[in-house]
Order: sequence, then C-alpha cells, then structure tokens
Amino acid sequence: MDKNELTRLKKEAAEKAKAAAIKRRQEKERQASESGQDLELAKKKAAAAAKAKAAAAARAKAKAASTEKKEEESSVEPSPNEPLLQRYIQIIERQVGTDSYEEYYINRLSKDVPTILAKPHTYMDIAQVLKQQLHFDFLAELHGTDFETHIEVYVYLCSLQNGQSVVLKVKLDRDNPMIPSLVPLWKGADWPECEAYDLIGIKFSGHPNLKRILLGEDWIGYPLRKDYKPHDEGV
Amino acid sequence: MLRTEEMLLNVGPQHPSTHGVFRLVIKIEGEIIKEATPVIGYLHRGTEKLAENLQYTQIIPYTDRMDYLAAMTNNYVLCHAVETMANITVPDRAEYLRVITMELGRIASHLVWWGTYLLDLGATSPFLYAFREREMIINLLNELCGARLTFNYMRVGGVKWDAPDGWLEKVAEFIPYMREQLHGYHQLVTGNEIFLNRVKGVGTYTREEAIAYSLSGANLRCTGVKRDLRKDEPYSIYNRFSFGVPTREAGDAWSRYECRMEEIEESLKILEQAVAQFPSDGPILAKVPKIIKPPKGEAFIRIESPRGEIGCYIASDGKKEPYRLKFRRPSFYNLQILPKLLEGENMANLIAILGAIDIVLGEVDG
Repeated sequence: MDKNELTRLKKEAAEKAKAAAIKRRQEKERQASESGQDLELAKKKAAAAAKAKAAAAARAKAKAASTEKKEEESSVEPSPNEPLLQRYIQIIERQVGTDSYEEYYINRLSKDVPTILAKPHTYMDIAQVLKQQLHFDFLAELHGTDFETHIEVYVYLCSLQNGQSVVLKVKLDRDNPMIPSLVPLWKGADWPECEAYDLIGIKFSGHPNLKRILLGEDWIGYPLRKDYKPHDEGV
Repeated sequence: MLRTEEMLLNVGPQHPSTHGVFRLVIKIEGEIIKEATPVIGYLHRGTEKLAENLQYTQIIPYTDRMDYLAAMTNNYVLCHAVETMANITVPDRAEYLRVITMELGRIASHLVWWGTYLLDLGATSPFLYAFREREMIINLLNELCGARLTFNYMRVGGVKWDAPDGWLEKVAEFIPYMREQLHGYHQLVTGNEIFLNRVKGVGTYTREEAIAYSLSGANLRCTGVKRDLRKDEPYSIYNRFSFGVPTREAGDAWSRYECRMEEIEESLKILEQAVAQFPSDGPILAKVPKIIKPPKGEAFIRIESPRGEIGCYIASDGKKEPYRLKFRRPSFYNLQILPKLLEGENMANLIAILGAIDIVLGEVDG
C-alpha cells in the first residue's frame, strides 16, 4: 500500500466518521426536540387535567352547596303539626285572650311537638282550655328546670282520643317560684309536682298535699338548682 | 261487745311484698284500711343531678339502675332522645338488635312480675318456673353484652356489641319454648279458683280514673284504653312488625294479669319476626363523633317500657353534658293511684292491689 492510498483511506474514514457523527447529532437533536415537544404536550395535558379536576371539584362543591341549601329549605318547610298549633292558639286567644301567652312554636328537636309558653297568671287558664276544649286528658309529664335566669315548668300533655300532644311551659321568678297546681285538672300531676317542689323548690299553690316526696322534710336546699351546695359536705 | 280502735301500721320499708324499699303507712280499723300513705325515696340516688356532670355515653349505665328489671328500654330511651335531637340515623342491624333485646327484656320483666305476684299471694311454685325461664333470657343477654341485669348495651347511634355466632339461633329456639311454658303457666295458675277469687274485682278503677291519674302500660290498658306507644307513635322499627295490643275492660287486678300475660305472647311474635328479618350484615353503630353534643334546645321523648310510658327530657346547651336530664318514670306515675285504691279495702287485699300495679322501686325513686 502506498502512502497516497493510506491518506485517501484515512480521509474517507474520517469523513465517514464525521458524517456519522453529524447524523448522530442530528438524530439526537431531533429526538431532543421531539421529547421537548412531548414534555410540553404532557405539561399541557397535565394542566388541562388539573383544570378539569378543579372544575369538577367546583361543580361538586356547588352541587353540595345547592343540596345543602335544598335541605335547609326543606327544614324550613312548615311542620305537619303547624295547623294544629294554629288551632290551639286560636282557641286559646278566643278563650283566654290574645296576650295570654309569651310565645308559641313547633319544637323541631322533640318530634315536632307544638309548644306554648304561657304567662304565669294565664298558665292555669290555658291548661283549663287545653283540657276542656281541646281534650288533652292525659298528663304525661310535669317537671321543672332551673335555667339560672328563671325557673321553667314543663308540662307534656296528650290527648288519647285525638292522638295529639302539646307542651305547656311557663317561666317563673327564680327567687319565689310559685304557680297554681294542676292537680284539680289532672290528678296525675300530684306526685310530679311534689317532686318538682322537692328537687327544684317550685311551690304549687292549691296542691292538696305538697311535700318533699323523695328527700324528706328535713332536707336543706333544692338539689336540682344549679347553685345547690350539699349541706353535709363532710359526708 | 267488741271494740275496735284505729291503729297505725307500717308496711315496709323492708317488707318482701313491696319489692324493694317502699313504705306504706296505713291506718286500719279492724281489718279495713281507712287511709294509706306511701312513703318513697329510700332508693333515690339523684340520677338526674349526677347526669348533669356526665357525658351522654357515661349516663347510659345509670339508666340501667332505674328499672333494673328491663334495663334495655331505659338504655333505649336515653339514646333515642339524643339521636332525635342530634338527628342521627341508626343502622338497621343495630335497630333489630335493640328491638330483640328490648322485647326479651319485656318478657323477662313480665316473668318476674308474674312469679313474684303469685309469690305475694301465697303460691310458691310459679315463682320457680318464672325464674327458670327468665334465667334463659338473662343468659342470652349476658352472652350478648356480658351483664345479667345492668347491660349498658346501647350507645347513641347503635349498640355496643354485635350478636355472637349462633346467638340469633338461640333466640329463635327460645321462642317456641317460651310459648310452651306460657301455656303451662296458664294451666298452672290462670284457672285456679283461689287465685281468681283473690284478684277478680279487686283494685278496680275506671277508664276515666286511669287517664286522670296518668297511668300507663298494662295499668291503663286494663280499662279498655288501647294505647301502646309502639303502635301509636312508632319509634325504632316497630312499624315493621305485626303485633296486637292486648286490652281488657274490667280495670281490676285480674285484667291487668290477663293483659301482661298476653303481652308476653305479643312480644314473642315481635321477636319471631325480628329474628326472621334480621339483616345478615351491616354496621351496628352509626358514624357518630366520639363526643356527642346535641344542638341547643330541649326534647322530651317517650317510649313504651314494660311498665308503661318511659320518657326522657333533655335540655341541652350544646355542651357534651346535658344541662338538665329528666326521666318520666312510669312506676312513679303508676303508684300515685295506690292510696285511692286502698281506701276502704280489706287488709288482705293490700298485697294483691300493690302487686298488680307492678312497680320497681329503683324507678319510683329515680
């Protein structure tokens, strides 16, 4: 092999290598640009997805809000006992007077029971109307509660023939809680009134035998009052 | 000439026929009762005051100790009141477990009444039979919740324990057995002439008197008033079962006896249906927060216990403890009529009249 031949071969090889290198570079560049496009595309895709997701979330939120609103609306719907309450109030207004009660409402928490808050001086009259005109013949419950600002008597009445219930409440002065006894109307009020007298200190005027039924006559204080201090603390 | 003078006599508080610590101060002239004054409060534990410092779940064990013969209904009335206020829906499986346990409790309670009532009247063997069957119920309940009387089984939103394997089958087996035994009871006692003479026409009151005195349960139904809160104001899942409300017209101790015996049969009917419908799986406790805070306000919820209408009043100020808790305890209301019933009665009828009211002193005194 002569020298010229060798240089030609070398040159050829170098050119080949150069071309291959260029080709490789070009290929690489192409790939790089493609992958860049891919990345961009993926980015775009991800952004779109995120957008969609956000939109969906927003939609869901809106939907939840609207159903919540709907639920709220439905809970504001008048109770099935509303007409009954209106009827009771009408009769009470006619019989006892338009200003005989402090307020009346449907107690949503207590199976929608119509609730009437009487004034102390009309409590007995309203009770009478409830029994005689509206046939609430069954006294299911009577008790008192110390609400610190006042004492409340809670009377739950039922009408066995009509299958209705009503709550009669009255707020009393905490220092001298005094109210007419319901025993003349419902004999079943006897012991519950004694219990309210015993534990809360409510005096029921006209009660045939008001006594400290559970604790005994020598007990000091009314235990269910919020400020009650046991007399015999050492025990 | 024979001379009689008025005598003051204390019956109780440790007299066995008063079923606990109950005292009756009676004025007698000869054998006739002139005046009777009940003295109660020996078992007053101040449950309502204690509850004001306890969370709702912590109060449940206290309710067990009121009517300790049917503690399941006491558990239920408290949980139901909180659930009503907080608007919690109880899973089906839990409601079935509740109904099954409550009805088992009702049967057990009536069995104790039947046995002890006859024991008071001088018949010893019925007591043994009644307690044999009651023991089976107590064993069933024990297997479910690990306690024989003070179950502490229910929770706000459901029940604490699921039925163990094979438990329902045992309840199902108990139903026909109990029916057979009930038949035996009737053969043993119901037609007995001595028994009939002691209870028929004794302790009679009218329908109007029963209503006026706020009587409930069998004490009211024995005068012909068809009132049962399971039917009239259905709670839990009682509207899914068909059962009757036994009533009688006479209003005497005998009709109360008949009502209660029939109520056992009706409870067995409910049990039968409940076991058949029992959901095969599902949760036994609703998703409720660990600390339950009912909304501000008040509620009074009543249900039918073996002794009558048991009620629970909750005044909530939105805290985890109730501001005020009050139980309407049926025995307390039912006992009010006793002085009226005893006036002018023969001394020997005292026990027959008192026993027929079916009181539990833990409930009378609260």
